[in-house]
Amino acid sequence: MNRRAQLSALLALPMLWLIGIYIFSLVMLLVTAFWVTDPFTSKVKPGFTLRNFEQIIANPAYATTSLRTLGIALAVTVLSILISVPLGIFMAKVASPKLRAILAVAITLPLWAGYLVKILAMRITFTEEGFFNSMLGPLGISGPGFSIVTVVLTLTYLWLPYMAVPVYTAIRQLPPNLFDASSDLGAGAGFTIRTVVLPLIKPAIIAGSIFTFSLSLGDYIAAKFVGGSTQMIGSIIASNINLNPPIAAAFSLVPIAFVVIYLLSVQRTGALERM
Amino acid sequence: MHASAQQAPSTTDVTPAPGAVSLAGVSKTFGDFTAVEALDLDVKPGEFLSMLGPSGSGKTTVLRMIAGFENVTSGSIHLSGVDVTQVPPHARQVNTVFQDYALFPHFTIAENVGYGLRVAGVSRAERATQVGVALEQVRLSAVADRLPHQLSGGQRQRIALARALILRPQVLLLDEPLGALDKQLREEMQIELKQIQREVGITFIFVTHDQEEALTLSDRVAVFNNGRVEQVGTAREVYEFPATEFVARFLGLSNLIPAELSADGVQSSVRPERVRLLTADTAASAGTVSLLGTVSETVYTGPTTRFLVDTESGVRVIAERANDHHPSAESAFARGDRVRVEWTTDHASRIG
Repeated sequence: MNRRAQLSALLALPMLWLIGIYIFSLVMLLVTAFWVTDPFTSKVKPGFTLRNFEQIIANPAYATTSLRTLGIALAVTVLSILISVPLGIFMAKVASPKLRAILAVAITLPLWAGYLVKILAMRITFTEEGFFNSMLGPLGISGPGFSIVTVVLTLTYLWLPYMAVPVYTAIRQLPPNLFDASSDLGAGAGFTIRTVVLPLIKPAIIAGSIFTFSLSLGDYIAAKFVGGSTQMIGSIIASNINLNPPIAAAFSLVPIAFVVIYLLSVQRTGALERM
Repeated sequence: MHASAQQAPSTTDVTPAPGAVSLAGVSKTFGDFTAVEALDLDVKPGEFLSMLGPSGSGKTTVLRMIAGFENVTSGSIHLSGVDVTQVPPHARQVNTVFQDYALFPHFTIAENVGYGLRVAGVSRAERATQVGVALEQVRLSAVADRLPHQLSGGQRQRIALARALILRPQVLLLDEPLGALDKQLREEMQIELKQIQREVGITFIFVTHDQEEALTLSDRVAVFNNGRVEQVGTAREVYEFPATEFVARFLGLSNLIPAELSADGVQSSVRPERVRLLTADTAASAGTVSLLGTVSETVYTGPTTRFLVDTESGVRVIAERANDHHPSAESAFARGDRVRVEWTTDHASRIG
């Protein structure tokens, strides 16, 4: 085989996938956002209109939901970082090899269980008659119930491995003698973490945050089952999927825009090259 | 912070001597493996002491225990007369130059050198001044704003030195700092290290597996083997009068002479350059061990030529001669020549 034929053989299926399915469906989404739905027949008609976007801008519920979703995604990301960094430092620098292995399994375990299973677990835990309320009830304290707080906790539960694993790996890969050197020069643990560890694992934190952020932005099942009345962008898209696909498509562009803005803002850090 | 290292001396403490390091009965085990066994070592203030030994002999572990990176399993360590056995590394008044430099990759050279001062809370302006002086001392002012990966190995080595010295420690620990450099650069750096040590006048404890480096640099050499110190002495003492077979063999070439051939009936070591090579018909001199034999090999090393002589007593003796004859002339002896080898008895070192 000549070189060209070899390359074709290598790339045929990936290119078919990328262009035929992946890019094509995204383009269709984008195009549909400019189509209209016949209000009487509910049929989608090709055309070109900005009415869908006008509706989204005109209706404050869309803006509120977008901002709420953005806030949830950021909260999930921050919470994941706050958990992952100390956990990673403990695993890489303090834990015995055996404990380290146990923790590594424990962190990745949620990835092995199905998505709905985990949401059901959180629902059972936080339901009105659930664990927190029945334990804390006698003390006059009630748990978060089904609310925006529980959505953040649930999404963190779902996406934490995507932050914890790269952060832990990055800390393990730091040369051990950097810790020695910092200590040798008089720095305590806190100072070393702040000035040496965090700057050096920043690319891993950013890589993890891309997952926690974008996966949270796109989610609606958590809001549906543990969010009570909490609505996310996904909730609105889901409710319009059958009734008004063009509106759903137009609103889908909002989380995509958020992610693109986020990616552009972290691009300079070099984190993307490490993924 | 270094100030906190100044603890009240315990009752066993001697008069404080800034820069003195004293290890008493120090042992270190990792699981079943004994890295260091009941080590006693006293380093004098201002001394350049090398810890020399093969890899795995425990020398680096000892250095790491002095720095505080490793806990001792038993025994005690005193720095400047103060018991620091339980003091964490950041509170010990020692600084370390690491084997692969351990420069912070995300800091500029100036930030690396100034890190210890920053930890100590020294103001930005004062830091800049002191970093400037420190960089000048190692002749690298020009690279202050670069990142470590933009520097050569030799430059990084000097930055690591400047970073450790800027805190004016009482003791500087150096863990094979020249190991990664090529031979020529290493020799330049050896001279520079020696000069810097003389300038700052503090104690240097230098780990190396290179016997020549240890002999060249040190006031005293501690020779390590299997977690123990085999001998401590000046370069001349450990080289000329090795106390054990290991020391004799580790520090350059040595002829180990069995007890029955030695003058006083004890096994001894004779350095090749102490062996005289004579024609076979020369009479044996008084006060020497003198053996007849045949040259089995000659090795030209540049400054010297080595002659391997199989003696009639069955011992192979290496004799080394300086190549001080006319450069184009062949050596006086060739393979197959009958020769006499002899050495003055007090040039031999008894080996216990």
